[in-house]
Amino acid sequence: MEITRLTAIELSNKIKQKELSVEEAVMASLSMIKKREPYYQSYISVMEEDALAQARKIQAALEAGNFADSPLVGVPIAVKDNICTKGVATTCASKILENFIPPYNASVVDRLKEAGAIILGKTNMDEFAMGSTTETSYFGATKNPWNTDCVPGGSSGGSAAAVAAEEAFVALGSDTGGSIRQPSAFCGVTGIKPTYGTVSRYGLIAYASSLDQIGPIARSVSDCAATLQVISGADDKDTTCVKSASYDYMSALKSDVKGLRIGIPRGYFSEGLDPEVKKGVLGAVAVFKEQGAIVEEFDLDAVDYAIPAYYVIASAEASSNLSRYDGVKYGYRSADFDGLQELYKKTRSEGFGEEVKRRMMIGAFVLSSGYYDAYYNKALKVKALIKQGFDRAFERFDIILGPTAPTTALKLGDSLSDPVKMYLGDIYTVSVNMAGLPAISIPCGLSKGGVSSNKSDGIPSSKSYGMPIGLQLIGRPFGERDIIRAAYTLEKTNSYLRPTLND
Amino acid sequence: MEITDQTIEYVSALAKLSLQPEEKEKAKKDLGNILTYIDMMKELDTDGIEPMSHAFSMKNVFRDDVVTNEDNREELLKNAPKQKDGCFMVPKTVD
Amino acid sequence: MKAYETVIGLEVHVELATKSKIFCGCTTQFGGEVNTHCCPVCMGMPGTLPVLNKKVVEFAIAAGLALNCEITRNCKFDRKNYFYPDLPKAYQVSQLYLPICRNGSIDIEVDGVKKSIGIHEIHMEEDAGKLVHDPWEDCTLVDYNRCGVPLIEIVSEPDMRSAEEVIAYLEKLKLILQYLGVSDCKMQEGSLRADINLSIREVGATEFGTRTEMKNMNSFKAIARAIEGERKRQIEVLEYGKKVIQETRRWDDNKDTSFAMRSKEDAQDYRYFPEPDLVPIEISEEWLTEIKRREPELRDAKMLRYVKEYEIPEYDAGIITGSKNLADIFEATVALCNKPKEVSNWIMVETMRLLKESEQEVEELKLSPAKFASLIELIDAGKINRTIAKEVFEQIFKSDVDPKTYIEEHGLGMVSDDGLLRSTIENILKENEQSVSDYKNGKEKAFGFLVGQTMKVMKGKANPSVINEILRELLSKV
Repeated sequence: MEITRLTAIELSNKIKQKELSVEEAVMASLSMIKKREPYYQSYISVMEEDALAQARKIQAALEAGNFADSPLVGVPIAVKDNICTKGVATTCASKILENFIPPYNASVVDRLKEAGAIILGKTNMDEFAMGSTTETSYFGATKNPWNTDCVPGGSSGGSAAAVAAEEAFVALGSDTGGSIRQPSAFCGVTGIKPTYGTVSRYGLIAYASSLDQIGPIARSVSDCAATLQVISGADDKDTTCVKSASYDYMSALKSDVKGLRIGIPRGYFSEGLDPEVKKGVLGAVAVFKEQGAIVEEFDLDAVDYAIPAYYVIASAEASSNLSRYDGVKYGYRSADFDGLQELYKKTRSEGFGEEVKRRMMIGAFVLSSGYYDAYYNKALKVKALIKQGFDRAFERFDIILGPTAPTTALKLGDSLSDPVKMYLGDIYTVSVNMAGLPAISIPCGLSKGGVSSNKSDGIPSSKSYGMPIGLQLIGRPFGERDIIRAAYTLEKTNSYLRPTLND
Repeated sequence: MEITDQTIEYVSALAKLSLQPEEKEKAKKDLGNILTYIDMMKELDTDGIEPMSHAFSMKNVFRDDVVTNEDNREELLKNAPKQKDGCFMVPKTVD
Repeated sequence: MKAYETVIGLEVHVELATKSKIFCGCTTQFGGEVNTHCCPVCMGMPGTLPVLNKKVVEFAIAAGLALNCEITRNCKFDRKNYFYPDLPKAYQVSQLYLPICRNGSIDIEVDGVKKSIGIHEIHMEEDAGKLVHDPWEDCTLVDYNRCGVPLIEIVSEPDMRSAEEVIAYLEKLKLILQYLGVSDCKMQEGSLRADINLSIREVGATEFGTRTEMKNMNSFKAIARAIEGERKRQIEVLEYGKKVIQETRRWDDNKDTSFAMRSKEDAQDYRYFPEPDLVPIEISEEWLTEIKRREPELRDAKMLRYVKEYEIPEYDAGIITGSKNLADIFEATVALCNKPKEVSNWIMVETMRLLKESEQEVEELKLSPAKFASLIELIDAGKINRTIAKEVFEQIFKSDVDPKTYIEEHGLGMVSDDGLLRSTIENILKENEQSVSDYKNGKEKAFGFLVGQTMKVMKGKANPSVINEILRELLSKV
């Protein structure tokens, strides 16, 4: 039995049944990290000693009769490096926070620890979560475990890659415009972006506060549901995280979509969609129909304007959120400056990468005097229309289905040259954040021998080898149970597709 | 949208960034392209639509007026790039 | 020279009297070691989030109601973005688009003329930290203790025309806020700070002139001087045919002049937008009613009640209620001893005298109502006479002594002992035969002399009515 290939729930059951010790589980993960990190670079930091110390503590507590009900006891989990861990560097993959050691845990980290999970390390990401390839990381790019010439997606690329490469059983990511779902799709794993307000953002280093949510990435729907159940729930430290009716996601793990009404926005299959991705998604549609779901096409209003509105809102909030990195209280400070203004400018110019600077400037522009109404306020109105479009759709449907991303994972270096083109890759994901809805990305097959390329201006083409395709299921507000049930049903019809991993 | 030198200087000043000449040229081009793309938003008729900053109507979430924190200066100053006498240290500020 | 009119509007920042900060559980206590009243939230550390203190909203509403404002039923916070070392997040959470209160007014009176001053708006926001210059290394040190202390900013309409009106407005405002318990309004601790917007125009003009803003005022006197100074400066500028420049000026009270503040490196473009980390506030009718119901008795009502219920002179009631601190001491003392007139007299005469002698502000007065009341009861019970009482009161005022203990320790208790007084008086009569015969011859003055002699021998502690009684009895027998 290879421990690291188990699912999180299988592992915690074995630990509870004393077939395995927590320490054995952690050692298995650590040795896999040692073996595979040279190929994938999923982690920014690995908390080896701390994880082993946690393991011994949890084992003792387990033997004292605690954690009997926890689905995650003893499970090694990776955490995206924009989620604060007390006493452990939390960098946002940025030079400006390279040495930042938070004196507090994010609320999700506390919840994981309370459930007996083991924090293994901090995963790589696009700098400040701005990007969809993990290439903007100050610490270098993460590689896709399916093909190390490809990006893992982003911004939670390190989390998705760590899970796909079996360097962690589960990982936490954050999703502002698709940053959990798109890398999950690219790496062939499952990821959930919860409804805005389901998971506390306290300790999540903000990119765009009104859109950010933390969520799980795992190799099964069940593991995602279990993790979400542990981390969700109202938090006194985050007033945008409000009490919901139920956080019982594991009881939604039922293979049953009979009568479930699934809507597919017509525009989702138009130009720009890789035919292989389309094929994969339609394959999943056929499965749902077979299982008794009612699938219909419909027109989703205003969704075409989601990307421009998203970049206005996200950049504006980011420009404000990232102003605190000024070399005064924490983080990088330029070595050489003359006066306060130069301290600010040099620190920030040297500390931030290109994409982050670009978004901060867009943000400053759209909020600046004379442009607020034309840009920021307009974007908030577009957001309202997008929300209304979804509200109308959910009067007819329980779930909205589509691809997670228009392509499979792109080659390293292919996306960065043209920012607008990179932003277009978020076409299916950003509207979900704008409307605050929950969505899951789940694998729906592999492309037929091909890596997508968007180098040409035409239809993306597939080349030589198979890469995972992601299906996105969007639920109504706080409708996580619906999408989990549907995803679980689909998952039951396939076996988990495992990449060939470098050992 | 054409981004002028003046605009790029203004936004970089607001964002407290100093750009090298070549960075500035690239930023002008990139911002121009991005804003041209963003301007597509203007096609959508939003007359009479209320701007929405939160997707759900959450309201009135408060804490009670209770002191819960104690002195934790040592921890809070640990990350300071430069400190003196329990304070963060910055270049002289002049009013 | 033409006739000019001064137009003044005020922006008053008031630190609210909450126990904890606006968005975190740190104390708002003034003073304390640098950076010890801070936490990751008020220091804007990455990933932290604000949680709004309910009391801040209630205080802002209470202030708005007392200042006759309309309350914005759906209000929210915005971010004001700018870089400065005293602002750790590089934005201040404030209110621009939907301030909590609007369109209020308060009435003032100057030289018997009544006038209404409009309140444009009141908004809630967080205070910034403190910058201290370090001369040794010629750098600035940042202390975040005040950072996140809740503020309301009360913005008046440009309705004031003189320094007298400004002071009257500020005093009225201060009393209302103090009586509400919304703020202690201690200017010396920065819990009430005023920025003055001032412009000049020719009498009769309908357009406003260009205004300047003056900051850094820490007393009413400085405000009055700053207004006078800036008024003169602007008139001079205009008289020379020049134009007043819209700018922020800093009043230097020592040099009695204002200076243009170095204009910030770049234009002030605060890029306000709705604060996404906080949810909107909806103020229901019930909540408003509840806050209104809890409103304490304000100054005017209190003054009327003192006159009516306690039967103290209107003038005295005005002085006592003119300070929330004094009124609190008065009421607490009356509650203990139930002698309002007596308490009022001690305040009006002795307290005022001692305050003046010690050059203390009435707001700083600390007088224990328990000890004050106990002193009055001792007088009433005939345990000490008035001369001694004054001495004891002074000790309470200065050193917070307990009157009973003090009297015992210093042997100041009044002597009413018949035997002791009788023998003392007998001796006095023997030694002062002339006075005795004067008295017998109808010179009433001689009686007073004999009382005085007795008091002198008794070191002032004798009960005067007992002396009178014994003296008359013994003289009748001579």
